[in-house]
Amino acid sequence: MNKNGQINRRDFLKIGTFATGGLLVAFTVPDKIPFAKPTATSEAALNAFLRIGTDNSIHITLSKVEMGQGIWTTLPMLIAEELDCDWSQLHVAHSPPGKAGDFLEPPVYKSTGGSETTIREFDRYRMAGAIARTMLVAAAAKRFGVRSEDCRTENSYVIAGNQRISYGDVATEAAKLPVPKVTLRDPKDWKYIGKSRKRLDAPEKINGKARYGFDSQFPGLLTALVSHPPIFGATVKTLDATQAKAIKGVRNVVQIPTGVAVLADHFWAAKQGRDALKIEWNLGENANLDTNMLTDTYRQLAKTEGLTIQKKGNVTSALAKSERSIDAEYSFPYLAHAPMEPLNCTVKIGKDSCEVWAGTQSPLLHQAEVAAFLGLKPEQVQFHTPCIGGSFGRRGSFSSDWVMEAVHIAKASGKFIKLVWTREDDIKGGYYRPIYVHNAQIGIGADGFPTAWQHRIVGQSLFVNTPLADVIAPKGIDYSSVTTGAPYSKSIPDYSFELHTTSVGVPVLPWRSVGSTHTVFVVETLIDELAFLAKTDPVVYRRAFFKNSPRHLAALNLAAEKSAWSKPLPKGQFRGIAVCEAMGSYVAQAVELSVENQAIRVHRVVCAIDCGLAVNPDGVRAQMESGIVFGLTAALYGEITIQNGVVQQSNFHDYPMLRMNDTPIIDVHIVPSTGKMGGAGEPGTAPIAPALANAIFAATGKRFRQLPIPAFW
Amino acid sequence: MPLYQLSINGKKYRVNADAQMPLLWVIRELVGLTGTKYGCGIAQCGACTVHLKGAPVRSCSFPVSAVLNQPITTIEGISNDNSHPVQKAWIDEQVPQCGYCQSGQIMSAVALLRDNPHPSDADINAAMQGNICRCGTYPRIRKAIKRAAATLPKTNGQ
Repeated sequence: MNKNGQINRRDFLKIGTFATGGLLVAFTVPDKIPFAKPTATSEAALNAFLRIGTDNSIHITLSKVEMGQGIWTTLPMLIAEELDCDWSQLHVAHSPPGKAGDFLEPPVYKSTGGSETTIREFDRYRMAGAIARTMLVAAAAKRFGVRSEDCRTENSYVIAGNQRISYGDVATEAAKLPVPKVTLRDPKDWKYIGKSRKRLDAPEKINGKARYGFDSQFPGLLTALVSHPPIFGATVKTLDATQAKAIKGVRNVVQIPTGVAVLADHFWAAKQGRDALKIEWNLGENANLDTNMLTDTYRQLAKTEGLTIQKKGNVTSALAKSERSIDAEYSFPYLAHAPMEPLNCTVKIGKDSCEVWAGTQSPLLHQAEVAAFLGLKPEQVQFHTPCIGGSFGRRGSFSSDWVMEAVHIAKASGKFIKLVWTREDDIKGGYYRPIYVHNAQIGIGADGFPTAWQHRIVGQSLFVNTPLADVIAPKGIDYSSVTTGAPYSKSIPDYSFELHTTSVGVPVLPWRSVGSTHTVFVVETLIDELAFLAKTDPVVYRRAFFKNSPRHLAALNLAAEKSAWSKPLPKGQFRGIAVCEAMGSYVAQAVELSVENQAIRVHRVVCAIDCGLAVNPDGVRAQMESGIVFGLTAALYGEITIQNGVVQQSNFHDYPMLRMNDTPIIDVHIVPSTGKMGGAGEPGTAPIAPALANAIFAATGKRFRQLPIPAFW
Repeated sequence: MPLYQLSINGKKYRVNADAQMPLLWVIRELVGLTGTKYGCGIAQCGACTVHLKGAPVRSCSFPVSAVLNQPITTIEGISNDNSHPVQKAWIDEQVPQCGYCQSGQIMSAVALLRDNPHPSDADINAAMQGNICRCGTYPRIRKAIKRAAATLPKTNGQ
């Protein structure tokens, strides 16, 4: 796209046909990740396409992956909006493996994440649909002997007067025409965009037919389980695999950099084999790691000045002069992503080739990594992306950790293998949302509003030493650590926002809604506290800050209205609210709960989101519900602790999830908006924990400055 | 290794397996039906739920030797064409997201409605709280169960 927002057609698409006929519109979906080792071919590669078969079928190959967030349906809606195709004839697939740069076999696509798929692809997918339609019409017009302007399109047919012809019948001819100039449809004519549409992937997800990576089955395939070190960074000192190898079905035991792999005919034998391994470990430098001690260290650090993120006035002297103040310290634990489908990866290494099956957010990154390790060209690594059973950031691993683990096993054993992680491997395996500590000092003016605010954050960086470091963490400041942490700073005269970045031997990764998981909690509970001290309703109090932020205000007001904020709740019920911007969307949530004998019962959550245009409104609602349950789970239960270097949790019994009986009624409302499009996958997670904590305060008078909310107090 | 004769979705299978091998892995890796999922291995998440003589069991923690002659139904045996009232309701309410847990959710819901065609919210909580959904589709699952219940005759499940 150029500076004026116009798409340069030559930059982004190619037209072609197949030996069997049909029309192919292939388009590039560039990615902002500046890869450390880009290949000439992969950068110019075409990685999404629309194909119209001679049988009138419509095939859409996605540039991004479906992990539950709904783009399997939303992206085709964008094409269908311009193409006038028969929705029932749509076939959707993840980008297939192929030789990079090969026109007819697009290579793997790049990362999916940041809640930005629909935002980034909104124009490109519509363009692809519009160009295909224009070419099909031109081909049909020629056949009819009329002008293109005299044709209309409907349900995969071109129609002129009494003549009609299917897209499939003219697809091959259309492919020979020059690429036309097109104008995208006026929003008032939209038939798909803005109207709820059922998910295209739902039917195969309710009958067991959907094939996830975990379901990979091939003749001769062995299942591999890895005994991982009990402590991050520990290595094998001695290994005795005698008993493991004696187990029926166990075929091989190999040592790899991340532990010891047991290869067997099936999971059960591999599991028994792994249990029978005798390993002594060199514990390494993380043997004394303790999350309580680590958090204490962070607390001390938070009392010292950090790197400046934002600064104005003189906050130190302003705080000293304040008559009333808040001095608050917050802490947040490590969190596992725990997608329902545990990590897995199937690898077949051949002569000068490698085939990989893995549900992942970043196939291209892994492809490059696998190729470099095996001494292959990226195009010699075929990457298949099956259905993905959730990710929430875990499958966005920048180090390709589990994929490389599988490749190491395949290489060391010479076998065709499927690596699977058990739930225990997943919970204990690291790549967590980091621990963060915040320290905030606020001076309060006579009018009840903050006059000075010093806010310090301590935590590990998610993005240093990753391919995104230059974009998100330039000069050692990781902006994901502080994102959405200063929405109220404009009206505060003396303000300082600082960051300490730590280095700890626990691998970390972005976790749904990333920095907003902690920054929004701190800011929104502090604002609630300020409102309380000012004896002002928290909605009214916030409105004063959002005079120049209409989208915050719209979300806040809609949530207040739909939750009947000003009307009393039934006896024994209390409410709290929070609002934030995250991933370009504005979300407010009001929580209604009761607390009996320190047991919290959330009855209802009312959510309002301004995401600009909601392409598939029911999809946006589903993502808000999903984000709320995800955020509530973390707020009530989520905590990974480490003692003597060992992760203390292992499975859902000690790393619990919200369940049906805990789940409140969730009402989602979408703000009618012409604002810039924002994301949907992650923003719903951000405000739920502070809204919950604010409601708990209303119910009990207790301010919790840590997550999860303690089970007893 | 003992030989077991299993009836799964009305079809007979003969498998050689370790007596302690969980039914889940027998179904997935010896029989080859992959609709039933592994999520935790300790009967905490319900992704592996199948029916044994109509009753829901967590197949990840159920040894194959304990099946005896009881017929097994998996997600693949619920219908050939997504026509079961629970499947229809799942589409109407647009339940699935990542979809990985949904086989287990549907198996629990089908068993619930067979025994109790018109469950209360408390009944739904009791029957479904063994099934975790990390995508948080619980509100839609609840609605879908009620929708499916509304299509069932007053007296009889199925």
